[in-house]
Amino acid sequence: MKHLELPSYLEQNERVAKRFEKLKKRDVILEVKDLYKTFESQQGSVTALKNINFKTYRREFVCVIGPSGCGKSTLIRILAGLETPSSGQVLLDNEPKSEPGPDRGMVFQGYTLFPWLTVKENVMFGLRMGKASKANAESEALQWIDLVGLSKFSESYPDQLSGGMKQRVAIARALANQPRILLMDEPFGALDAQTRFKMQTNLIDIWKNIDITVLFITHDLDEAIYLADRILVLKAHPGEVQEVIEVPVPRPRTPEQFLSPEFLATKKRLEELIHPPEESDDDGLNLIRMTRIGDDVEDIES
Amino acid sequence: MNQRQPWFSVRKVLTPIQARWLTLLSFLLPLLIWSTVSYVPFVWHPKIEISEPGGVSWFQKGMLIDRSTFTAEVDKAIDNNMALPEGLRANPVYLPAPHEVAVAFYSAFTTEPKRKSEQWLHESLWHSVTIIFWGFILSSIVGVPIGILCGTFATISKVQEPFIEFFRYLPAPAFGALAVAVLGIYDAPKIAIIFIGTFFQQVLIVANTTRKLDPSLIEAALTLGANRMQILFRVVIPGILPDLFRDLRILLGWAWTYLIVAELIGTSSGITWFITQQARYKNFDNVFAAIIMIGIIGLLSDIILAKMSKYIFPWERSQNKA
Repeated sequence: MKHLELPSYLEQNERVAKRFEKLKKRDVILEVKDLYKTFESQQGSVTALKNINFKTYRREFVCVIGPSGCGKSTLIRILAGLETPSSGQVLLDNEPKSEPGPDRGMVFQGYTLFPWLTVKENVMFGLRMGKASKANAESEALQWIDLVGLSKFSESYPDQLSGGMKQRVAIARALANQPRILLMDEPFGALDAQTRFKMQTNLIDIWKNIDITVLFITHDLDEAIYLADRILVLKAHPGEVQEVIEVPVPRPRTPEQFLSPEFLATKKRLEELIHPPEESDDDGLNLIRMTRIGDDVEDIES
Repeated sequence: MNQRQPWFSVRKVLTPIQARWLTLLSFLLPLLIWSTVSYVPFVWHPKIEISEPGGVSWFQKGMLIDRSTFTAEVDKAIDNNMALPEGLRANPVYLPAPHEVAVAFYSAFTTEPKRKSEQWLHESLWHSVTIIFWGFILSSIVGVPIGILCGTFATISKVQEPFIEFFRYLPAPAFGALAVAVLGIYDAPKIAIIFIGTFFQQVLIVANTTRKLDPSLIEAALTLGANRMQILFRVVIPGILPDLFRDLRILLGWAWTYLIVAELIGTSSGITWFITQQARYKNFDNVFAAIIMIGIIGLLSDIILAKMSKYIFPWERSQNKA
């Protein structure tokens, strides 16, 4: 079989290169400095995150990707203030942050909508926690619900919605607080492939239209390349930044680009980083032993 | 919908018709056993009700005699050539037949009290309901907030729960004498017993329910800018309300089980007074009727509360359907 000739993932066309140049001149929204996290357990201490350093620029879309157990969820929980780092700092607009706050919106994989509130009341929740009056919060919430296309469901309870709709409400709820950064922890991980793709496209549309920086955690390579400006690749045990990839796929992104050379080159690089070929900690499958005499076990693929 | 659902499939929901039949059966089965024992003579009937004393001097009409004693007396009468006593097999006086209890259901309400100072049955019942009500309400006013705080703040939990855990093993009736000494002989000590019986369990159960609230809801609220008080009042309390309501329904059932002991403390009152009084007169049909009435009141109040919860917590409705 002939392999495709792929360009290097480092090659950027002029437009993409210019965009990155402009992007890096923007304000730094989130900065992570020398972040470490160790967990104490009965077997001793485990380093979950080691020496994490990165920046996100205003209106940038950053994906964090890594194998399971690389601490990507721990990282985003520290950024949200839900966990404290063992050492290091999280800076938002150059201010150190250690507690959760409305300036960092969070979308969880498990939806976490309040089941006793309607869609509208869920989106109003953050606004009501602040100083907003009920009437103001309501009209503002309705605009956000409209943005995610759920106007018809504003009076429904979360249990009456599908998974994709619930996650759209969660996004609206987080955005309603007008955070500086939107942290998303594998938000589409529980959705089926088609819904997930629709949600990705919706998310790009939302991101394009408002002043928001996104940090998005995923384990899906296609998702990361389709969404991100830059991809932060983590490695497991301990969780360390392996490489920061500038995605060479030009914007606006379309589904056709999934088969473009830049896309495939980036994907190939991610595969190499996340599933290094030499590493294999099991013996594979020994299926032949499980067959009975008389079974047809000739190679069916040839 | 014509598809037939087998009666025994593991963890499958029954059709409404099947469910209704089985509900009916659960009440009919005990009634059937009771009827069999009452109406079919050879099943139990250990006594003989004398209809004709014959030559036996100490027999009287209507007396209930053990079967072995009766046959011994009959043998004696045959030996002495006396007139034979006659009688029919009967159940002991403490097991009235279903129809007698059914009649008692009506007659117990219409029987005038023997003395002016005594209460009609409906007054006794109402008195019992008020004792339960006050005991349970007072316990809930204190117990529910403490339970919620214990479930929310580890500090409060550690300072309260170990002692409560110890105290809940002390049987509430053991405090009867103390309650009378402190609170007098009327309703106050009875309410206190219901309170003691409910309160300690209530704190632990409510604390547990509070702890079971999905912690990610609290985390979500934190990232939306909620402070500690807002977490408590806008997330924890609304989040546990449906479960809390269920807990209270179960606890209310337990409160009823303390009623009889509570009402025996000090001057006996309420439905317990009626039951002990009727047992003394050997009106066991009335005793049974009163016991069943307690059951009916308990079951009805629970059904009403269950229906209510569907209207108070509309977001739960869709969950039940699924």
